[in-house]
Amino acid sequence: MAAIAQERPNDDGRTRASAFLYRHPRGKLALTLGAPITWFLVVYIGSLLFLLATAFWSLDVLTSQVVPGFSLDNFQTLWENDVYRTITIRTVGIAAAVTITDIVLSFPLAYYAARLASSRARNAVLVAVVLPLWANYLVRIFAWKIMLTPNGFVNWLAELTGLGSLQLGRSNWSVWLTFVYLWLPFTLLPIYAALERMPDSLLEASSDLGARGWTTFRNVMFPLILPGIAAGSIFAFSLTLGDYIAPELVGNTQFIGNVIYDNVGVAGNIPLAAAFALVPIAIMAVYLLGAKRLGAFEAL
Amino acid sequence: METTPAKILIRVGAVITLVFLYVPLLIVVLYAFNDSIGQAWPIQDYTTKWFSAAWHNEQVREALPNSLLIATMATVFALILGSLAAFAVHRFRFFGHNAVSFLLVLPIALPGIVTAIALNNSINYFEIPFGILTIIIGHATFCIVVVYNNVIARLRRTAPSIVEASMDLGANGWQTFRYVTFPAIRTAVIAGALLAFALSFDEIVVTNFTAGSTLTIPKFIYNNIRLPRNRPIVNVVAVAVILIMFIPIYIAQRMAGGPDVQAAAANTQAAETPGL
Repeated sequence: MAAIAQERPNDDGRTRASAFLYRHPRGKLALTLGAPITWFLVVYIGSLLFLLATAFWSLDVLTSQVVPGFSLDNFQTLWENDVYRTITIRTVGIAAAVTITDIVLSFPLAYYAARLASSRARNAVLVAVVLPLWANYLVRIFAWKIMLTPNGFVNWLAELTGLGSLQLGRSNWSVWLTFVYLWLPFTLLPIYAALERMPDSLLEASSDLGARGWTTFRNVMFPLILPGIAAGSIFAFSLTLGDYIAPELVGNTQFIGNVIYDNVGVAGNIPLAAAFALVPIAIMAVYLLGAKRLGAFEAL
Repeated sequence: METTPAKILIRVGAVITLVFLYVPLLIVVLYAFNDSIGQAWPIQDYTTKWFSAAWHNEQVREALPNSLLIATMATVFALILGSLAAFAVHRFRFFGHNAVSFLLVLPIALPGIVTAIALNNSINYFEIPFGILTIIIGHATFCIVVVYNNVIARLRRTAPSIVEASMDLGANGWQTFRYVTFPAIRTAVIAGALLAFALSFDEIVVTNFTAGSTLTIPKFIYNNIRLPRNRPIVNVVAVAVILIMFIPIYIAQRMAGGPDVQAAAANTQAAETPGL
């Protein structure tokens, strides 16, 4: 490289600076990591910890003012009130259903792209999977909203295929469908990556040893792609837990996110909202630990 | 495993998933040309009248520059902080190494509403006025991850030997970065930036909690989606957003590269290395 040769001899300030940094890697580390970590600690971790603190504050009923202090009242309300328990169970249940549906829908396309398609078809499929992800999230919910109207596309298709009048309208079914649609690419990509990494030789060995298709799938392929499935499921599960927009626009019931949103906005009870926000954090912490044990983080 | 019936089943399943992914988008595009305000299917009459209505809509005119400014600023922050973090995590082993890489992916691993209410709570408490600045702060925080992920993935694929070769040949740290490391990661950096831009332009979950009354394009859609009267305009904006978004994303995809592109890049790099 001629350009490098021209800049010799190397006794300018930049060389001295880089030599200094080479001898003092900690200085280099501070230079590179300092700014991003400060940003994260101040803006993000600071806010999260402050949220945790706010969960123990309370709301003065008379003045609607937030009162700092330490009380477990918010948690008591969440625990004892059936409404919040039902909402939590509903949110987790739908999140689990969405995750499983996405995994099932992802598998054939991921398998096709990873192992059956030509390299051109594979690239085309991957681009095709990722592109809808970037069609605005609200636009994709909007699409389902107009498809789920009483005389909309879904009912038209149901009648056409002889399913009769579905009339999902605003329901948990509609929320489930919309979430499945929204997060599908997130589950598909890690599953694809896991399938692609899987060596052919293992499948061949399995079949040489006399295993049929299903046995090979269950005993060889499934354990190998499980980290990918776990990685993909993190997104579908976490994104459903934290969403309030799809339930609001296509559903007729409340999710954890809706309660939080309403308490920050209309009801103005931020301490209660903060306490309820800890519920998805706790659930995700458990979920991430489980996913980590399945090797999900190496598959991301 | 790969018997013929199994292969056919997989292909059928693959087609179903692809149709499922694209039919809703196709339908949104078609409805933008729907003459009627109702959402009956099939569409009876087609028109382009909503496009000019949307173009002249005052709220859209207010939201678009806001969205572009916010996405640009969030991308700049994310680009700087995300790349720096990727370098540090890739290059150094230090106390808390794993904690740092975990910390950086936290905003996408935690449910969006948690990030949203945490930021809202802090902004409220410290009485920072809600507006463009607070939106940028929120967006930058999760856009950092996108840049970080792209850059660190490329750094891991780049052979450390080319950096060592550069040093052996007498290049200083800056020259090595300028002529060896940066060219190797350039496309990943650009791809990360484009994705960050798209992510910010797209964002509503956190924006709703950090925007106050400031209008962005997603906020415009969110506010008007429930007003049947405004749905045709929302629909046109939706289609415009799809088209605008696909351009940077398509370029980013090409740059980050599919598996074959990556393999080709690796080969080129390997071929070029002796000539350094």
